Amino acid sequence: MISIDSIHRTALTLMSKAAIEIPDDYLDGLRRAAEAEDGDLSAFVLQAMLENYDAAKEDGRAMCGDTGCPRWYVKLANEARIEGGPVALEQALRRATADATHNIPLRPNRVHPLWRTDHDNNVGIAAPEIEVAFEPDGDWIELTTVHKGGLFGTDYRMLFPSDGIEGIRRFYLDSLVAFGKRGLACQPAIVGIGLGGSKDACMVLGKRAACLRTVGDRNPDPKIAALEREFIDLGNSIGMGAMGFVGKSMVVDCHIEVGYCHTGGMQMSVHAFCLSSRRACARLHGDGRIEYRTDPQWFTPYQRRETVEWPPAAVTAAVA
Amino acid sequence: MNKLRLSTSPDRAALAALSLGDVVYLDGTVYTAREGVYRRVVEDGEALPPGLTAESATNFHCSPAATVEADGSYTVGAVTATASFRFSKWIGPWLDRSGAKLILGKGGMNPEDYRAHFVPNGAVYLTTVGYGTGALLGRGIRRVRAVHWRERLGLAQAVWVVEVANFGPFLVESDLAGSSLFERENAKIAAGLDKVYEGTRPAVMKRFGETDDRRDEMI
Repeated sequence: MISIDSIHRTALTLMSKAAIEIPDDYLDGLRRAAEAEDGDLSAFVLQAMLENYDAAKEDGRAMCGDTGCPRWYVKLANEARIEGGPVALEQALRRATADATHNIPLRPNRVHPLWRTDHDNNVGIAAPEIEVAFEPDGDWIELTTVHKGGLFGTDYRMLFPSDGIEGIRRFYLDSLVAFGKRGLACQPAIVGIGLGGSKDACMVLGKRAACLRTVGDRNPDPKIAALEREFIDLGNSIGMGAMGFVGKSMVVDCHIEVGYCHTGGMQMSVHAFCLSSRRACARLHGDGRIEYRTDPQWFTPYQRRETVEWPPAAVTAAVA
Repeated sequence: MNKLRLSTSPDRAALAALSLGDVVYLDGTVYTAREGVYRRVVEDGEALPPGLTAESATNFHCSPAATVEADGSYTVGAVTATASFRFSKWIGPWLDRSGAKLILGKGGMNPEDYRAHFVPNGAVYLTTVGYGTGALLGRGIRRVRAVHWRERLGLAQAVWVVEVANFGPFLVESDLAGSSLFERENAKIAAGLDKVYEGTRPAVMKRFGETDDRRDEMI
């Protein structure tokens, strides 16, 4: 049985880690971008960002003043038991979001869309988002918080099979060029692309691709992995760098996730996870152990299963 | 790149010395004002809090990550600008009424706004860097002097008056002549875009926005 108290305390720690500590995989990616960047303004910006990450950790303050929109991804292993059940879990995550907003502090970004009512705690109707998925084996739960920027860098388009790779390439470039100018996408970013699904599933897949996979991770489908590599190079060949200045650091990594879609369509979404790629994860075991990490390891063989059955547990465990 | 310190109530000579792309650190007092404040001052014609414009000529498009403690004091963590282009419709009368000479924000404004409003008011635009050097900017904050209009506008939209030292980095985005760093960089990048788009194809189904003629068919 996993206690609600440990869920609340772990969630508070995760909120703080996400807001303050840039994950190592993104940091290493940005360092490589900074070394390669030869545009003087872009290089200055990247250097300032690297100093900013250090300042955030040293001072224990949020790395960016726009602390984004906190959200939660929850994984439940099949044998996990939670004190108070799933409703208590949701309540604990909402409470931790409110408490952490005050304690860290985070910016109270969440308001009512029409009345602009602000509870000053990032909690409101449908906020924070709490998404839940399952895994076949184990008695653990995993909590991942992502504090994603809320305004620019994301787009959706219904493409069709006849658009082909050329059409996908065009919409990818359109998204980067449109939101890259003046640096509105806060690039260099981890770019996530969702292909297929339905409109909502396509958005969800693309967002998870951006926020829940680490720099250097490749899709297990070799042809999709090749497309990811091509898109990293394509994005960095636009001639645009940080803040939209002349440069070549636009994309730290590109992750593509696919979902089966209507036979006549090819939905596509593009998402930019920004210079403050804030994510933190923990696994809470049934015996009380808690392990923290920055890689959510979300896309297991089970999550990407192709049909009714799924790969055996040993394969899943090796990845997780 | 040129690095310099600047007062938050700069005289014209200090502003004239700024070149596009210079790195600037500020000393003095800055205040936040964004859509909530602009609407109240420009549309509703309300006066700014007494003494504010004498205290500072620097308006930051920003909401701090800050909290009000039980004893009424303020804790400011990180500070990051919000995108300024959204304030275009208010900026002319705002510069006139506030007397602001420095606008700090994210991403600059439309170059037309510089020419129409900034130049006649002798104001320049400084952009934050990154974006999101929130922790570095947070270090430049000495103390919160006042928070105005919090009850009506909420923490994020209130007027935060903060004392700053070595507050930065910022980049000079517009100068007294109304030139824009982003406009200059966009033009350079645009020259190479046709080549980047080789091997792509327009979508088979168009969208409004790609045409503004609502009589058009999208297929």
